[in-house]
Amino acid sequence: MRVLAAMSGGVDSAVAAALAVDAGHDVTGVHLALSPDRQTLRSGARGCCSVEDAHDARRVADELGIPFYVWDLAERFTEDVVEDFVAEYAAGRTPNPCLRCNERIKFSAVLDRAQALGFDAVVTGHHARLAGGELRRSVDAAKDQSYVLAVLTADQLAGAVFPLGSMTKQRVREIAAERGFAVATKADSHDICFIPDGDTRGFLARRLGARPGPVVDAATGATVGEHAGAYGFTVGQRRGLGVAVGDSRPRYVLGIEPVTRTVTIGTADLAGVDEVRTAPPTWTGAPPQLPFRAEVQLRAHGTPVPCEVTAGDDGGLRLLLGSSQRGVAPGQSAVLYAPDPERGDLVLGQGTVLATS
Amino acid sequence: MSSSEAVYLDHAATTPMLPAVLAAMTGQLGRVGNASSLHASGRAARRVAEQSRERLAEALGARPSEVLFTGGGTESDNLAVKGLFWARRDADSRRRRIVVSPAEHHAVLDSVEWLAKHDGADVTWLPVEPTGRIAPAALRAALGSGEDVALASVMWANNEIGTVSDLAALAEVAHAVGVPLHTDAVQAVGQVPVDFAASGVDALTMTGHKLGGPMGAGVLLLRREAECTPLLHGGGQERDVRSGTLDVAAIVGLQVATTLAVAEREERAGRLAALRDRLVAGVIAQVPDAQLNGAPLDDVVAGGPGRLPGNAHLSFPGAEGDALLMLLDARGVECSTGSACSAGVARPSHVLLATGADPDRARSSLRFSLGHTSTDADVDAVLDVIGPVVERAQRAGMGRR
Repeated sequence: MRVLAAMSGGVDSAVAAALAVDAGHDVTGVHLALSPDRQTLRSGARGCCSVEDAHDARRVADELGIPFYVWDLAERFTEDVVEDFVAEYAAGRTPNPCLRCNERIKFSAVLDRAQALGFDAVVTGHHARLAGGELRRSVDAAKDQSYVLAVLTADQLAGAVFPLGSMTKQRVREIAAERGFAVATKADSHDICFIPDGDTRGFLARRLGARPGPVVDAATGATVGEHAGAYGFTVGQRRGLGVAVGDSRPRYVLGIEPVTRTVTIGTADLAGVDEVRTAPPTWTGAPPQLPFRAEVQLRAHGTPVPCEVTAGDDGGLRLLLGSSQRGVAPGQSAVLYAPDPERGDLVLGQGTVLATS
Repeated sequence: MSSSEAVYLDHAATTPMLPAVLAAMTGQLGRVGNASSLHASGRAARRVAEQSRERLAEALGARPSEVLFTGGGTESDNLAVKGLFWARRDADSRRRRIVVSPAEHHAVLDSVEWLAKHDGADVTWLPVEPTGRIAPAALRAALGSGEDVALASVMWANNEIGTVSDLAALAEVAHAVGVPLHTDAVQAVGQVPVDFAASGVDALTMTGHKLGGPMGAGVLLLRREAECTPLLHGGGQERDVRSGTLDVAAIVGLQVATTLAVAEREERAGRLAALRDRLVAGVIAQVPDAQLNGAPLDDVVAGGPGRLPGNAHLSFPGAEGDALLMLLDARGVECSTGSACSAGVARPSHVLLATGADPDRARSSLRFSLGHTSTDADVDAVLDVIGPVVERAQRAGMGRR
């Protein structure tokens, strides 16, 4: 196959590209420049698309003897991922930008362009298994990235190659070291590449400004504090609420109402969720017959729980959870898996969480 | 495809070293001797360096004392722009203005912008004609009385679109109001006639690796009477303007390359122009909406070529330059999109934007540059693949919404 290896400058995508070369593919490396700010090296910040990362990716490509180019996707990334991220928080939801990037950038803008230019597929360093059109969890449970890939459709998966799914992160680093890649010991990337200092609340505050509002106790309806912006909160959050309620029992964020900017908090017994309603789902294969039983994972590093998947309103899903869950935030993806301890849990599809009860 | 099989059409980036240069350099590399030393080994090194200086001066119409060896074109541009600015401003504090073309190489542009940001320089950007040329009348208007101007800088031939300006006429305009003129002639030397004394310019940048010499070896021709503050301080070599031990092997390589390129210029220029014309005509025959950027192929300025003989710069509407480059590279044809930032991100050419081209045209351009090893087979190789390559790149679109 003629494949395009997306090379971030990190160890995973470096080894993925190397394994694609070993597999006999005709490989071309591409680094995606996603930040409109080209000065990240000079300012000392570390992001997914700094000059230094482009250099690291180019070094690996040169060692592999494959062509290497930089594609400027900053405009698309800003529009489809960063602006979407800000707008979602402004609307009181908790988005997953990595999922959005996979959906709209890596396996849409990049894959489309690659195919138009004559490539058969895009190779990435994602930790997930993909064989015969079936997307499954990585062998390395701690590094599994199937959650942020679950949004891909069968067409998108047909144009994807994930060479790392059947090995651990440790093995990836060993391969990089055996090949003498300078990135073998490079630190893992941050969760959100466009917030290199990790301060999401600060980033949102710069983008959205101060939007103060009340913090309300769900049990009494009383206003127990003030906040500077509801975007600083996520449903299920316990720390950093900045309020003191009479008793010493922990409080959790139960809901965020963007119009009145009200953040509602409550005790653990009120934070549980038994039912999740989603937007119209995407499926990695043929749409399954409703209802059916599956496991659902409700956030990036969450624990899967058994559920019954039934039809909801307006083409969405209604998920009846087998056990009560805390911290189910609207905007996150509810990813459905068919458990399979042998071959890895199979990703069926996902729907964006709209509401819970 | 290995580089030995590649069709190399990026001679404006760098061109293969001439065998005579390789021989001269390897002969020198094995010898000991610092050209500043007083003993026999030092004298021998100095003799080679000074002979090279004299031959270079002769080839470029300069006096030997006007030849300053540097580390290349970028250093020469930095030295000329910053050195002339500092010296002229220190002599008269009113002189803070730099008059410069926005189509210059980044070695000039970024030096000017650095002075503006850090050292109080004011910049006047010259208007650029649609061909890429700078008109003497435009320079005259920008200079005004000239009393507040530190220097002017206009390149002899543009590195992207190959347009040649009339430096003698520009120098006359600058001198009429007492302003020194620097020119970046990196692309011009060996391609079009360049005579330093006859042109009247005060400072001229050239480099070795664009004409078959080594990388890391350049020259700033600087008139005896031009005051220039050094960037590098130390042993006081090169008229105290550029300290540093002379790299004698690189200097002899630079000299051999330059004298050969200048001696063979006329014959080679005729051959390259014929190849280039066939390339452009063949591309346009296959891709009728392709647009030639820069001056017409047969353009004349000041009685000489108005366009570098080896330069073909074309825009392909609806295709992105970096997609074209990638597809050609995959088929063994090596060319360039023009400028790239340090991360390798393709930017719309600042040169084309300066000529008034719209950003899409600037993004969809490719530069083929021919040189001393170019053959008819190279042109044929491009014409074999360009049609399908452009069609495919157009299908991939401009990569934006």
